[in-house]
Amino acid sequence: MSAQRIDDPGSSSEDRLRANDVTIGYDARVISRGLTVTIPDNEFTVIIGPNACGKSTLLRSLARMLVPSAGAVLLDGQAISSYPSKEVARRLGLLPQSSVAPDGITVADLVARGRYPHQRLLRQWSRTDEEIVSGALAATNVADLADRPVDELSGGQRQRVWLAMALAQQTPILLLDEPTTYLDIAHQIEMLDLCADLHAEQGRTLVAVLHDLNHACRYATHLIAMRAGAVVATGPPSEIVTAALVEDVFGLACRVIEDPETGTPLIVPLARAALRGPDLQHPDAPPAVPTPLGA
Amino acid sequence: MSSPPQSSSQSSTARDGGRHPEVPKWVATTGRRKVIGLVLSLLLLGVVVLFSIAVGSRYIPPAEVISVLLQPNDSQSSTIVHELRVPRTVLGIAVGIALGMAGAVMQALTRNPLADPGLLGVNAGAATAVVIGISIFGVSNALGYLPFAFAGAAIASIVVYLIGSAGRSGATPVRLALAGVAVTAALTAVIDGMTLLDPETFDKYRFWAVGSLSGRGMDIFWQVMPFIVVGALMALTLGHSLNALAMGDDVGKALGASVTRTRVLSGLVIMLLAGAATAAVGPIGFVGLAIPHAARAITGPDNRWVLAYTAVLAPILLVGADIIGRIVVRPAELSVGIVTAIIGAPVFIALVRRRRVAQL
Amino acid sequence: MTGVESKPARPLPVAALRWGSVSVRVTRRPLIVSVLLAIAVFAVVVVSSFVGDYPLPAQDVLASLLGNGTTATDFVVLDLRLARALCAVTIGAALGASGAAFQALTRNPLGSPDIIGFTSGAATGALLQILVIGGTSLAIAGGALFGGLASALVVYLLAMGRGAVGYRLVLVGIGLNAFLWAINWYLLISAKLEDAMSAQVWLTGSLNGRSWEQLWPVLVTVLICLPLLMVASRPLGLLEMGDDAARALGVRADRTRVVIVVLAVALAAGATATAGPIAFVALAAPQLAKRLTGSVAVSVLPAALMGALVLTTSDLVAQRLFAPTQLPVGIATGVVGGLYLIWLLLSEWKKGRG
Repeated sequence: MSAQRIDDPGSSSEDRLRANDVTIGYDARVISRGLTVTIPDNEFTVIIGPNACGKSTLLRSLARMLVPSAGAVLLDGQAISSYPSKEVARRLGLLPQSSVAPDGITVADLVARGRYPHQRLLRQWSRTDEEIVSGALAATNVADLADRPVDELSGGQRQRVWLAMALAQQTPILLLDEPTTYLDIAHQIEMLDLCADLHAEQGRTLVAVLHDLNHACRYATHLIAMRAGAVVATGPPSEIVTAALVEDVFGLACRVIEDPETGTPLIVPLARAALRGPDLQHPDAPPAVPTPLGA
Repeated sequence: MSSPPQSSSQSSTARDGGRHPEVPKWVATTGRRKVIGLVLSLLLLGVVVLFSIAVGSRYIPPAEVISVLLQPNDSQSSTIVHELRVPRTVLGIAVGIALGMAGAVMQALTRNPLADPGLLGVNAGAATAVVIGISIFGVSNALGYLPFAFAGAAIASIVVYLIGSAGRSGATPVRLALAGVAVTAALTAVIDGMTLLDPETFDKYRFWAVGSLSGRGMDIFWQVMPFIVVGALMALTLGHSLNALAMGDDVGKALGASVTRTRVLSGLVIMLLAGAATAAVGPIGFVGLAIPHAARAITGPDNRWVLAYTAVLAPILLVGADIIGRIVVRPAELSVGIVTAIIGAPVFIALVRRRRVAQL
Repeated sequence: MTGVESKPARPLPVAALRWGSVSVRVTRRPLIVSVLLAIAVFAVVVVSSFVGDYPLPAQDVLASLLGNGTTATDFVVLDLRLARALCAVTIGAALGASGAAFQALTRNPLGSPDIIGFTSGAATGALLQILVIGGTSLAIAGGALFGGLASALVVYLLAMGRGAVGYRLVLVGIGLNAFLWAINWYLLISAKLEDAMSAQVWLTGSLNGRSWEQLWPVLVTVLICLPLLMVASRPLGLLEMGDDAARALGVRADRTRVVIVVLAVALAAGATATAGPIAFVALAAPQLAKRLTGSVAVSVLPAALMGALVLTTSDLVAQRLFAPTQLPVGIATGVVGGLYLIWLLLSEWKKGRG
């Protein structure tokens, strides 16, 4: 299959966040070797791929959680490890996959912690901090829950609170590691809509790891498809998502149709032979005429 | 066809910090290997027991040991073997089993691999009662201490359990631990006070406080043996329920285990075993903590196997430590409680460093 | 859904004091509790000056406190009673703060300097001095200091390596504690009874005979390390959310932990070298303070104040209860602290919290 070539390192030199020829992994286990990825500015980038393809590893390396054993992650042209951690925290936010809310902490307190990178010993809670936190609570629709303990909230509410905390950080770049895991479908869509608004209305650069391919196609403006630690294709979903790509990356036989709501690619996995009706053996067969019941 | 997308294994690694223990090849994961391992350990125990009877301030060759065991006579060897060596060896085995299994149950009950029977206040309770016995009732030998120590251990663990289970959700691990620490601190202070106020009490107490097998005859063994046997049998039958509860109370209930009943029975087992052991020989730490770790490193988290291996490995440690204590400063003796900690601790630390420690 | 509201519907439940561009977060109940604790400590110190073996009329005591007393009364009131009470305040504060730091670090209400083998090591050092080398009280303090720091260092070095360091640290600490326990008890049973008794007194923790010259070193330690610890502990709350979340906010997780451990150990070292290992204060004071302030996590300043209160009160009780025999304060802290914590736990759990 024809996969799009990885972006040339030199061609997007004005993009703020990139990984340059990095080798990343955990302890002795190398996940990706010599990987070069550019996160385009002002795009909603989604990284997709099968389990253990290295997408979370890549995201965490971009967020400086993992240090590459070779190569470097560059932020604004400089190695990300050369910045003080608080400085990075002012430019780049991360919504981690699993965070623990301390026992009994209220929503307002938790979101207020997002201001930490902007605070100093004698500047612990300025009026600006207050305004920004209020704004973040409003933007994620949790303002009414401000004095409730976080552990009393539902999963959907809690995830919005974590997002509010990341928003309070006021970073132009926001990374999200599987932000919709464990949420039910309504809350998944709500979360992704929020992210889309952050991108569209506030012009932030978003990078999310999503495991749901259809969500990725619907919301991403830029897709990075990975497999076995390497990038297989990058580009807008409508351009690169084809049945061939899905087969290559996920090993899933499917057909790709147009989402009737958004026009973006919609992946429909092919049914197994036993479940296919006699009229639908071939993807190109004409649709069956529904027979009225009892006729 | 690929399986439906789930959280990638990367994410689960990230979630627990990459802490998947890699299982070395020699870990007995199959049933057959576990049985073989157990048999080998039993043989090792037999060897150690033989040594324990043979070795001491006067060395008796194994052949003579066996003949004297089978046919007691009036020779000095026979006397030494039957009056001194056999009692302490047998007591060592019993106490080892008791402490090891109490520790294993304790760790399973509290879902905390750092739990030690001492956490439930057993040692402190026994010690307090012994000090009371010494200072108020004038008791001064191991046999005399025994009822005090056992009563003290029982009362302390009951009090800890009651405090820990006050309130709605009962005796959760954290509450038990906190209650145990509080009770231990209070009792330790009482012990310190009483021993400081009376030097004679301190003098007698300090020799009891390190845990020793010497000067204890078969009469002590017979007194504690029923408790240890009952406790050990109960512990073995609890293995299944403890496995179910290891994954959380909810999962345990779903699997049909009764949470309250298992907790109460486990508490009873710990009280019986640790109480009897401490009453017989004084407080010996570390065996109950470290041996279940070693057993788990071999067998994995199945509590039934952990209990079985612990019952064999713990006496090996204890009797072995006793042997070393008898040899090292011959003709004097190093108390078994001291030796156990001195050889057990470095081994334990080495074990902790060598592999990613398997969590409960 | 994402309409940005220009003004919040109601103010956030987060309070701060502001002067110009300086702002400091305040939480009402912890602040009130801290002030009350400080007042209580002050009150106990004053009361301690008035009571003692040697009966003195109240106006003489007052005169000495205000600087107008005679040499004789000054000696009793200032050098004996006041200095000792101030020692109790300082040592109690150091222990409370150290315990709070360890509990926050390990996220475990049972955290204390004991876990890294510090207390056992200090005991070993002191016992060697008392029973083997036969040193002066200064040498004993030095031995305790050296022993405690050495064992903390040993535990740290042995626990270093790949993987879950925190968990391994606790396990190695347990191993070293058992090892040192054996050595300590071996020393205790091998020594003559009188020597063993005086060693036991040190081991119980005592403020007997502590005066100005013992106060200065630990006071300086507390004045330096306590504020530093309070500052360094700010990111601890963030670390509780998980290393990733904390690092995403710019916290240097490993460096923060190391700094906090060093400061906490320094505080514990100062306290233990001066008065021996006093039971339970480091463990109980943070928990008691946390329940009084109703806060989400243990915090350093209230724990320090509570530690000071517990120790000064216990010392007063220990001195007067069996007068004229003076009990070592460690006994009182063990009994009082233990019973109080039991009562607190019982009453709270029956209410359904905790």
